[in-house]
Amino acid sequence: MRFKGKDIISIRDLEKDDILYILDVARKIEKSPDQDLLKGKVMASLFFEPSTRTRLSFESAMSLLGGKVVGFAEPGVSSLKKGETLWDTIKMVDRYADVIVMRHPVEGAARIASEAANVPVINGGDGSNQHPTQTLLDLYTILKTKGTLENLSVGMLGDLKYGRTVHSLCIALSHFNTKFYFISPDALAMPRDYLKDLERKGLSYTEESDLIKVSKELDILYVTRIQKERFPDPMEYKKYAGFYRLDKRILSHIKKDMKIMHPLPRVDEIHPELDSTEHALYFDQAANGIPVRQALLSLVLGRIE
Amino acid sequence: MKELKISAIREGAVIDHISPENAFKVVEILNLKDKDDIVMVGVNLQSKKIGKKGVIKIGNSFPTKEEIDKIALIAPEANLNIIKDYNVISKERVKIPDVLEVIIRCANPKCITNAENHKTKFYVLEKSPLRMRCHYCERIMEAADIELV
Ligand SMILES: [Zn+2]
Repeated sequence: MRFKGKDIISIRDLEKDDILYILDVARKIEKSPDQDLLKGKVMASLFFEPSTRTRLSFESAMSLLGGKVVGFAEPGVSSLKKGETLWDTIKMVDRYADVIVMRHPVEGAARIASEAANVPVINGGDGSNQHPTQTLLDLYTILKTKGTLENLSVGMLGDLKYGRTVHSLCIALSHFNTKFYFISPDALAMPRDYLKDLERKGLSYTEESDLIKVSKELDILYVTRIQKERFPDPMEYKKYAGFYRLDKRILSHIKKDMKIMHPLPRVDEIHPELDSTEHALYFDQAANGIPVRQALLSLVLGRIE
Repeated sequence: MKELKISAIREGAVIDHISPENAFKVVEILNLKDKDDIVMVGVNLQSKKIGKKGVIKIGNSFPTKEEIDKIALIAPEANLNIIKDYNVISKERVKIPDVLEVIIRCANPKCITNAENHKTKFYVLEKSPLRMRCHYCERIMEAADIELV
């Protein structure tokens, strides 16, 4: 697809070739960044809910390529509190910016914004629905470390029921003949809809509650946080929270080149004693957000064809 | 039971082969209580195909696309006949379209369409059993989740 003027709302909108093209542009930009590539362009950064990590990554991505950033980091500073609809807010911002990056707590908000705006909209997360730039940076991280996205064995660990990042990653990886291992307590298993989609594509997956039983198979282990808010009963939370805490004991049960990823922030899913091992990929992963977001901004703004 | 005669209409629509339990839902979808032309509603009529059926005849008006889509969701077994000059000029089973716009609410309370009262849009993934995806929040809905606007 031609990216100029396009919105980046959901990983479902991207074909395999689109994904590979974005990652290739990211690689080129990371190798030789052009400080004037986005000169004269303005990015509106609309964070209707706080997410310092995503906001800083987008704003740095823009600034490092010579672009300007306007926007707000909390809804309090906009007119939103006065009951203005998202549609109207976007119609207003549309006139001041060349691209809109937004994060919003309500699911589907980015899609509506893209329909209201003439300029391209990039979704920085809409509730528990989509966060496509996170998924693309996850893929970029895997591609960089493994040299390919094809035919890998990928384990996803933790809260697979509510975890937005693992859902999107699962959709994206299904283009690449991935062998999936879903490791979670039964109560937090990958939703049926995602499993059905994999079956329809003829992909194999394994569901397992015991990490050790499958850890030797994995090329990548993607760890997610089990969030307290997900449990109505705090006792339930306590039961599961410590279920999958990775520490040095895992090292004797994994391949030498197995890499551990995590969207961050972590609570205690990964012990800091693993940080210095060659398995830890999560800090590189976070840093990869910059070239991936630079690639997307350059593409939708038409500065890279 | 003796067959009940329902008089023919010159121009209009006949919705036939409705399961009896769905007949009054179709009446509601078509807002028939506000029509001031001929309306005939028959339920529990004999049918060779489905045992008992409902039939609705409406004079001088035709269901809109939105109404037909709604009937397809609620009573997918129904047939729609268009009558002109006492002749049936078309007769077909109502079909669930590939994209459903405006006519149903999203079952996800956290969806922007509910938060901001925005029009809805769903992509039908499978027709039987029905599975569809919200264009906005991307959640999957099934037949049991359907709530008409
Ligand atoms: Zn929805």
